[in-house]
Amino acid sequence: MLQIDTWKRVLIWLVCVIGLLMALPNAFYTRVELSNDAKAAIELGADTPENQAEAALWPNWLPSSLVNLGLDLRGGAHLLAEVKVEDVYEARMEAMWPEIRDALRDERSTVGTIRRQDAAPGEIRVRISQPEGMPRALEVVRGLARQVQTLTGVGATDIEARADGDTIIVQLSEAEKLASDDRTVRQALEIVRRRIDEVGTREPTIQRQGSDRILIQVPGIGSAGELKDIIGTTAQLTFNPVINRGTDPDAVAGIGQEVVPSIDENGIFYIIESAPVVTGEELVDAQPSFDQNGRPAVSFRFNTSGARKFGDYTRDNIGAPFAIVLDDEVISAPVIQSHIPGGSGIITGNFTVEESTNLAILLRAGALPAELVFLEERTIGPELGQDSIDAGKVATIVAFVAVLAFMALSYGLFGLFANVALIINVGLLFGLLSLIGATLTLPGIAGIVLTVGMAVDANVLIFERIREELKSAKGPARAIELGYEKALSAIVDANVTTFITAVILFAMGSGPVRGFAITLGLGILTSVFTAIFVTRLLVVIWFERRRPKTIEV
Amino acid sequence: MRLKLVPQNTSFDFFSRWKLWLGISGLMMVIAFTSFLLQGLNFGIDFRGGTTIRTQSAVEIDVGTYRDAIAPLGLGDVTITEIFDPTFGPDENVAMIRIQAQADAEAVEAATITAVEEALKTVIPDIQFVSVESVGPKVSGELIQTAIIAVALAIGAVLVYIWLRFEWQFALGAVAALVHDVILTIGIFSELQIRFDLAIIAALLTIVGYSLNDTVVVFDRVRENLRKYKKKDLKEVLNISINETLSRTVMTSVTTLLALISLYVLGGDVIRGFVFAMIWGVIVGTYSSVFVASTILLWLGVKRDWSKPSNNAGNQFANVDA
Repeated sequence: MLQIDTWKRVLIWLVCVIGLLMALPNAFYTRVELSNDAKAAIELGADTPENQAEAALWPNWLPSSLVNLGLDLRGGAHLLAEVKVEDVYEARMEAMWPEIRDALRDERSTVGTIRRQDAAPGEIRVRISQPEGMPRALEVVRGLARQVQTLTGVGATDIEARADGDTIIVQLSEAEKLASDDRTVRQALEIVRRRIDEVGTREPTIQRQGSDRILIQVPGIGSAGELKDIIGTTAQLTFNPVINRGTDPDAVAGIGQEVVPSIDENGIFYIIESAPVVTGEELVDAQPSFDQNGRPAVSFRFNTSGARKFGDYTRDNIGAPFAIVLDDEVISAPVIQSHIPGGSGIITGNFTVEESTNLAILLRAGALPAELVFLEERTIGPELGQDSIDAGKVATIVAFVAVLAFMALSYGLFGLFANVALIINVGLLFGLLSLIGATLTLPGIAGIVLTVGMAVDANVLIFERIREELKSAKGPARAIELGYEKALSAIVDANVTTFITAVILFAMGSGPVRGFAITLGLGILTSVFTAIFVTRLLVVIWFERRRPKTIEV
Repeated sequence: MRLKLVPQNTSFDFFSRWKLWLGISGLMMVIAFTSFLLQGLNFGIDFRGGTTIRTQSAVEIDVGTYRDAIAPLGLGDVTITEIFDPTFGPDENVAMIRIQAQADAEAVEAATITAVEEALKTVIPDIQFVSVESVGPKVSGELIQTAIIAVALAIGAVLVYIWLRFEWQFALGAVAALVHDVILTIGIFSELQIRFDLAIIAALLTIVGYSLNDTVVVFDRVRENLRKYKKKDLKEVLNISINETLSRTVMTSVTTLLALISLYVLGGDVIRGFVFAMIWGVIVGTYSSVFVASTILLWLGVKRDWSKPSNNAGNQFANVDA
C-alpha cells in the first residue's frame, strides 16, 4: 500500500542534500564572499599571502555560489538611461557631406554649381543651379549609398535621396535608422561597461532594456551622481578644421560650421567646421604623458584609416590651425607645424596630471556614440540596506518559528514532519536562488516569508484530507494514501495559479519586484516538492517502522 | 492536546444570508471606488515621477526646519514626513522628503537633488541621505501602464486556467472574487492614503495569487462533491464543500498571517506598506473565496453530470441551478 520505490527515495534525498549543500554558503555569507573575492584576485594574478589566507576561508570542494544581494539590501546606485539614438543620424549625415559634395562637383557640367542649404538635423539639402540635371544628381548621390543588412528586406540602402524642386534632400533610410539605433545602443552599452570596469567595482549589472535603454546597477557605490560621473555623458573627441577664432559667442557660423567655446581660455570662441577630420572612434590608444615643456598631456594613436585621414589633412593644411574638440569644447587649437604621417600625436592643454589621466581613460574607453539621458536614478545607502537585511532576518526567523510551533501544535507528529519539510524547503529555495545566481531584494525577503507561510498549505491540505479519510473508518495506511492522492488536484491547481501570477510578475516587473517574483515562483516549486515528496517519504518511513494501528493527525 | 481552530465537523450555512454578504461586498466595493475617485491614490514616485530623499540624523526632526531649508529653492509640492519605527535606534531620526517632478523635464534633475541636499546640510550638519530615488515622468507613465497590464494579464490568465480546469462558471466566480479583492485593496490604500508604489503592485498580484489559491481549493472540493452527491442541490453541495475545507482555509490563512505579521512588525518601515497590502489581501481573499466566489457560483449554477458530455455545451443558460 504505502510504498515508495528505493530509487525514488534515493532521488528525493539526493535532491534535498544537493539543495542544502548549495544553500550552505549563504549561511556564511561574508566569509564566502571574502574567499570568492580573494580567489578571483588570485586568478587575475594578485597572488599575495593575504589573498591566499582569505581564499582559504572557504574550502574549494564546497559550493561557493551565493545569492546576490539586490541594491536595496547592499546599497549602491541604480540608473536607467535612455540613449539618444537620433544624435547619431546627424553625425552620420555630417560625415556624408564631403562625399556628397565631391561627387556632385565632379558632375558640375550637368548639375551646375551646388550650394548647401539649411536643413533639419539629420538631413542634408543641396541646391543645384541646373534643375534639369536633377536626375543625374540623384543618380550620383544614390550611387553613394551602401547596402544595409536587415532581417526583413534585401536591397535596402543606408541613405535616401529625393528631389524637391531644385533641391536634393538626403537622409538616412528607415532600415538604416533601425540598424543604426541598434548599433548605437550596443556600442553605448559596451562603453558604459568598459568605463565602469575601469573603476573596478564588483558585480555591476549593465543591461539593455527595451530598444533604446540601458539599466546600470552598481552595488557599493556612494551615489547615483558618482556613477554618472564615471559614465560621463558623451566624451566625444573630434579633430575639426578651424575657420576662425574670436570672442563673440553669437558669431554667425556658416552652414556646416559651428561656434564652440574654448575649455580654458575664458571668452574665446572658435568657429569650426562641423564635419570632423578624424574622430575619437578611430583612436586605438591614449596614454597620459608630458609635453616637451614637462606639462601633463595625453598622447594618442590612430588606427590605419584615422592615421591616413589625419596624415592627409596635416599634409594639405600646414600652417592652418585645427581644433581638438571634446564634448563641444575646444581643448586646444594648435597650428599644424608639419605633415604628421604616423597617426600619433599629443594633446596639450592646461591639464593637471589627474585630468590628463582621466582624459586618457575616457578616450581609451571610447566615446559614447550618443548622449545618455537619465530617466530614473536611485541611490540606496549601505546602512539602509544593512538595516533591511537585519530586519528581514529577524522577521524571517520569527515567522519561521511561529509557523513551526503552530504546525506542531495543530498536527502533532505530522506537524513535525511538515516542519522538517519546511526547513528543507527554505534550504532548497536558497540553494536554487544561489544556483541560478538570482538576486535577493527586500520584497524578495517578503516573498520568502510568504513562502514560509504558504508552503505549509500543501501539507495542510493533505493532513486535513487524511483526517477526513480517517473518519470514514479506513485503515491508517489507506487513509494516508488517499489523503495524498485526493489532495493532489487541489494542490496542483492552487499552485499553478499562483505560479502563473509569479511568472507574469517576473515578465512585467523590474528590479525589486522581479526579485519578489523569483522567490515567490521558486518558493512554489520547492514547497510543492517538499510537501508531495519529502513529507510523504517521512510519513512512509515512520509508518514502516511503527506500523501503528491507529494514527492521529 | 491538539490545537484546533475549527471544530472537527462543522455545518455552517454559508448561504442563508448570501444576499447580505453580496450586499456587504458590493457596498464595500462602492465605498472603495468612491474613495478612489474622490481622494485618489497616494502615488509614490514610481508612478508620479519626482524624487524622494530619505534622511537620517542624530538631531530630532523638526519638519518646519526642513521645510524652511527647502522652501527657498521653489520646488513646488514638497512633502516632508517623519518616519517612526520600533527598529530604529535612539539617534536614528528618519524623515522622508518627497519632491514633485519638476515641470516638463523628461529626465531626472540631478541639480535639484544636489540643491536640496546642500540646503539641508547647512541646517542639519550631521544629516545623511540614506537613500535618494528619482524617477522621470517618462518612466513613471510607463510604469503605471505596465502595472495595469500586469494585473489585467494575471487576472486574464487565471480566468483561462480555471476555465480549462473547471467550468466557465467557476472561472467567473473566481475572477469576481479577484476583482473584489483588488478593488478593496486599492480602496484601502486610497482611504488610508498609504503610499502606493511599484511594490504594492507586486503585493496586489500576490493577493490575486493567494485569493485564487483559496478559491481553487474550495472549488476543487465542490467539483469532487458534485460528482459524489448527485442528488443534492447545488447550495447544499457548496455548503458541504466549504465546511469540509474550512479547517484548511483557516489553517493556511493563520500560518500565512503569522508570517506576514512578524514581517509587518519586525521587517522595518521600508516594506511595511507592501506587507500591509498582503495582510489585508489575505483577509479579504479568504473572505471572498467563500462569500464572493462561491456565492457567484451558486448564482450562476453549474453543469451537474460530469460523466456525460453535455448536449447543451456552449449554451450558458441551459444548466442554471440544475
